[in-house]
Amino acid sequence: MKAIGNWSKEILLVLMALVFLSPIYIIFVNSFKNRLELYENTLAFPEEFGLQYYSAAMERMDFFNAFINSMYVTVVSVIFIVVLSSMTAWMLARSGNWVSTVIFMTLIATMLIPFQTIMMPLMQLVTGITRTTGIPLYNTLSGLIFMNIGFHAALSVFLYHGFIKSIPISLEEAATIDGASKFGVFWRVVFPILTPITATVMILNVILIWNDFLLPSLTLIDKELRTIPLSVFYFFGEFTIEWNLAMAGLTLTIIPVVIFYVLAQKYIIKGIGEGAVK
Amino acid sequence: MKVGMSVANRKKVGWYLIFTVPLLLIFTLIVLVPFVIGIYYAFFQWDGIGANPMVFNGLDNFVRLMDDTRFLRSAWLTVLFTVLSVITVNAAGLAFALLVTSKLKLANLARTMLFMPYLIGGLILGYIWQFVFLDVFTLLGDATGLDSIFFNWLNNEDFALFALVFVFTWQMAGYVMIVYIAGIQGIPGEVIEAARIDGASGWQRFLRITVPLLMPAFTISLFLTLSYGFKIYDVNLSLTGGGPANATELFAMNIYNEIFGYGNYGYGQAKAIVFFVIIAAITLTQVYITKKREVEM
Repeated sequence: MKAIGNWSKEILLVLMALVFLSPIYIIFVNSFKNRLELYENTLAFPEEFGLQYYSAAMERMDFFNAFINSMYVTVVSVIFIVVLSSMTAWMLARSGNWVSTVIFMTLIATMLIPFQTIMMPLMQLVTGITRTTGIPLYNTLSGLIFMNIGFHAALSVFLYHGFIKSIPISLEEAATIDGASKFGVFWRVVFPILTPITATVMILNVILIWNDFLLPSLTLIDKELRTIPLSVFYFFGEFTIEWNLAMAGLTLTIIPVVIFYVLAQKYIIKGIGEGAVK
Repeated sequence: MKVGMSVANRKKVGWYLIFTVPLLLIFTLIVLVPFVIGIYYAFFQWDGIGANPMVFNGLDNFVRLMDDTRFLRSAWLTVLFTVLSVITVNAAGLAFALLVTSKLKLANLARTMLFMPYLIGGLILGYIWQFVFLDVFTLLGDATGLDSIFFNWLNNEDFALFALVFVFTWQMAGYVMIVYIAGIQGIPGEVIEAARIDGASGWQRFLRITVPLLMPAFTISLFLTLSYGFKIYDVNLSLTGGGPANATELFAMNIYNEIFGYGNYGYGQAKAIVFFVIIAAITLTQVYITKKREVEM
């Protein structure tokens, strides 16, 4: 009796999760249907799995290009964020002087600033710099990466700082006595120890940057620079919505996220937990 | 002669600068400088066009806020949205956490699935749900006869805000679930077991043991949803676009529209500063309460 009761609970649990995810199912099945089929029964399985709407959606969204742009911006931003914020956090944490405290406190305090509060002055500044000095900050992917580093510095330094405070200093001292430079000590001794928190910092930033819409929408003007959220936005804006095409487009954008989730599930859930709690 | 620093000291400062200056320079340029310029802009009247003059008008922008009915409505809607969302997200998140920490074999699978929506960006979620409300809700209404519940919420001025709460809950429930799971796993099994032996019912064990021990997780989740909810933009943009008839134009969107839509750069920036002050107040209260609780625990 007990076994049966447990099995029904198991099934109920998974059923609930499936109902929860049903919008994704709906998007998926309807991405294969023609207009008539779509309006006949939205919830039914498609009669055939043709990919014609996918190729049409890919073309209209310029999906490959947007995917490459998103990949490029996310990967390069995250690498810079990891390298620069771990170095900064280490110095701030280990050189216990008042300058470090002031810098650290300032970083933390700015985490209170919502993006909407600085978006306009930032755009004024960035377009001004590009106009007067020719440094290509505005309307370039490198400019977006540069801004991403600035925006995600505080959280990343904060996470690294907390972790570094919790590891013993003796290893670093031993390496210093052995004559290693600061650079050598950091990269050969400290950075490898930081791996767990580096994973967290990477995961959090990948999610934030990959899904970011507002900042890219303000700084990227040229069509060929669009990231995935931007191309989805314009895709929905340019045409009266043809839902079967739109579904194929939405499914396309979800696929990379699902792959990322399947590959890094353990780290993602752990990283989100740590990021939230701190 | 002893001028300046010793060689060793100079080397130390050199390393310090090499390690910290690149990041701090970028951070200053992208976050600090715009923040300060932003405060300055808030005291001017300006349409954002470089050739046109910026006119200093003191506190006029802030005074004007007080009887800007569109803004006040937007602020009220944001409060309403946030309060409703905080309740629904946390209720769903806690329920999910309790389910997936039960001893069921498929709990891990369920956890993985329930967290999924959070990873899909808010913009895309909004578009997905646009279709669900448009088509599936109507279909359900026809099929079940409950067409006073299942209809396209997005076209209805009163229901569009609930649609936003609904989708935001769908997005965030899995996220706060993770926080609650950590809290639940931190409760020692012996305590629950002891209560069971003493004859406490499941409901009693939940109310008297689980809930009090989950207080830290509650605080974190409440304020996470509070500040996320208050700042909502992406889902707002793609699901309702602020409509119908501005019935869902929340705070962040109101600021965006004021600046980039209506071209009121100075006035919009004043709103943005007020927005910052409110967010800061919410977050600082959070930190204060969390710290206080940590001491008590």
